[in-house]
Amino acid sequence: MNHLLSIEDLDRAGIERIVEQATRFSEVSDREIKKVPALRGRMVLNLFYEASTRTRSSFELAAKRLSADVVNFAASGSSVEKGESLKDTVLTLSAHKPDAIVLRTPWAGAAELVSRWCSAAIVNAGDGKHEHPTQALLDVYTLRRHLGGIDGASIWIVGDVAHSRVARSNIIAFQRMGAKVTLAGPPTLIPRGIEALGCEIRYTLDELPSADVVYALRMQRERMHETWVPSLREYSSWYQINARRLHPRQVLMHPGPVNRGVELSGEVVDSPQAVITAQVEAGVVVRMAVLYELLAGPRAPEATPARAQVAEQSAAAPGEPALRGQLAS
Amino acid sequence: MAVQPLVHGPQQPADLLLRDVHVLDPREQLDSRCDVRVRNGLIAELAAPATLDRDGAGEVIDGAGRLRLFPAFFDPHVHLRAPGQEHKEDLQSGTRAAAAGGYGAVLAMPNTDPVLDSAPLLRSLRDAAAREACISVGFLPAITRGLEGQALTEMAELRQEGAVGFTDDGRGVQSAGMLRKALQYQRLCGGVLALHEEDETLSRGGSMHEGVISAALGLTGIPTVSESTMVARDAALAGYEDARVHFQHLSCAASVDAVAEAKARGFRVSAEVSPHHLLLTQEDVRGMDTRMKMHPPLATAADRRALIEGLRSGTIECVATDHAPHARDEKEVPFEQAPMGTTGLETAFAALHTGLVLTGVLELGLLVERLTAGARLFELPTPLIAAGEPANATLVDLDATWVAGEHGWESRSENCCFAGRTLIGRVLLTLAAGALVYRERTFAMAAA
Repeated sequence: MNHLLSIEDLDRAGIERIVEQATRFSEVSDREIKKVPALRGRMVLNLFYEASTRTRSSFELAAKRLSADVVNFAASGSSVEKGESLKDTVLTLSAHKPDAIVLRTPWAGAAELVSRWCSAAIVNAGDGKHEHPTQALLDVYTLRRHLGGIDGASIWIVGDVAHSRVARSNIIAFQRMGAKVTLAGPPTLIPRGIEALGCEIRYTLDELPSADVVYALRMQRERMHETWVPSLREYSSWYQINARRLHPRQVLMHPGPVNRGVELSGEVVDSPQAVITAQVEAGVVVRMAVLYELLAGPRAPEATPARAQVAEQSAAAPGEPALRGQLAS
Repeated sequence: MAVQPLVHGPQQPADLLLRDVHVLDPREQLDSRCDVRVRNGLIAELAAPATLDRDGAGEVIDGAGRLRLFPAFFDPHVHLRAPGQEHKEDLQSGTRAAAAGGYGAVLAMPNTDPVLDSAPLLRSLRDAAAREACISVGFLPAITRGLEGQALTEMAELRQEGAVGFTDDGRGVQSAGMLRKALQYQRLCGGVLALHEEDETLSRGGSMHEGVISAALGLTGIPTVSESTMVARDAALAGYEDARVHFQHLSCAASVDAVAEAKARGFRVSAEVSPHHLLLTQEDVRGMDTRMKMHPPLATAADRRALIEGLRSGTIECVATDHAPHARDEKEVPFEQAPMGTTGLETAFAALHTGLVLTGVLELGLLVERLTAGARLFELPTPLIAAGEPANATLVDLDATWVAGEHGWESRSENCCFAGRTLIGRVLLTLAAGALVYRERTFAMAAA
């Protein structure tokens, strides 16, 4: 794997490989020194064209726990505001020779485009309404921890599917892992043609009790002026996941940030069924696994002998387990 | 009309003997090997193959009974980008591209910078064309000032200055009331109203056809009804006002149906379709190649079939390229940010010949008819291969295989949706308004 541009790049075995790697890294988070030297000397560039707190900090944390150098580049307050094109920005930043670029943009396909312009490994951290593959991976990771397996599970994705990159990546990932996916939401927010991805469509939550997992999407308040739904009040009364609708047996997920009182009621956010903070926690280890796979894994591009040597030496350094050896076994 | 509607740059009338070429002109019922003599820019004589001798000055080109001579194509829909966007195209490069595609005349759209919406601007543009254009160019100024849909342009004065017709191409006239006024005003000034059909309340924010691919890619879709409902609306308005309208770049089955219905009612409507809508579908957008981003968007395979059937039956009278050049850096951006449009002049014939004629979908003669029929729709003379006519013709090698773009482009821009595809059929020579305006470079060497 040279890049992670779309969840479609990964078959079931590929998803499982990353999730299992993340499981191995989860132990690092519990250590006193939450750091391994696997990516020492590597540079990860976070290039974010959209406001993002959790995804960016999660990637930053993941890179730092792997001992990589991290540079954050936010589009606001930068040359981008002076009119620089995406291509010129990428070429300019490539002069610093990053090993990986984590890219978030409001434009579908931007990550793939950037992958053609530079030699760094590209991680798509959200491209418009298209995809958010690391979110899908961390959701698979979280679900496997809570359900044991996903095969045969019924997963309902509820809410604003039309504007959700999370929905698109998760539909594919959940189905690849053997789940049955149903989309539910107001007809104005379910895009025409999405059933071609193999999922069922429902416009009410009448059959929600059949779900094993309820995955609520963020209802973006900024969409309201475009009258996608008559009012948030009406949206909530039809589609809000609340204690009345959520069965104790069901697992509740949400990509965050939550609008309490809109797509989720406060009581379900705080209920034991909700795994929302577990998702955030999973974000770091899954992104560690992705960066590791791209930059240090067996198929990493152009691992120079010098770098490999450094990695082995540091892996053998006292006080830190020989991570590379451990992963190879 | 006070002035000639078509203008071209200074030209040297051609003297040429095209020996043993296979002439195909559906209007003249010609489909046979002939010698064609061009003298002083006019077709002087047609004779049995290999019977005419070199007579005084001029080059002899031997077609060996194999090379085809068609009437020069006519494109009622191109963007030459002058004034104001000469980094994409200009009158010279755009007409060179047209000549390289076998075109003898084109009609230029008004969505320039500034918008072509006043008589002084039209006059200066026609003056520029009279210096720079290598083939004949006509201009369609805007229906509404600035393409803003708020007020009519001075259509009568524009007609006196040589406006062939009017269009708000690129936007479409959103308000039915506004369009109705233009249709009424046509009784005074004449000139076909060419309509870009798009309901912006349905299409806004979209960058491709609304369907399974847009849903999978997370791109906002443009539903086909944003076009077809406007075709139906404007056909009804044209019928009510007994006005003459031409529907531009149809892209879907529902629009073809709406045009057919309007014709059945006796309304004075005509329509065009582009090579890309005849050959490509939404599947070609899957890779988010910005060359596949155009307005209207590529639709489904069923829409494509309906467009082909519409062209075959004559519901759609002609092919128009909607040649829309954009600079490389403008297209080298994420799909949603990229401007709409593909170039088309240099590949239209070869792409349609490869995709529709060689596959047995359309007869060659029908394709040639549809590539030349636009002239009549805009009340302009149709090029004919007949003695006494001005030489407007294109010589084509139907067996020549080439890769689109491999020799570069005559156009200033390279955003061609067919780039990289292997095409069969190559324009070797083009004669426009009596002058030899294009010669394919390898053919030039062979002929020398």
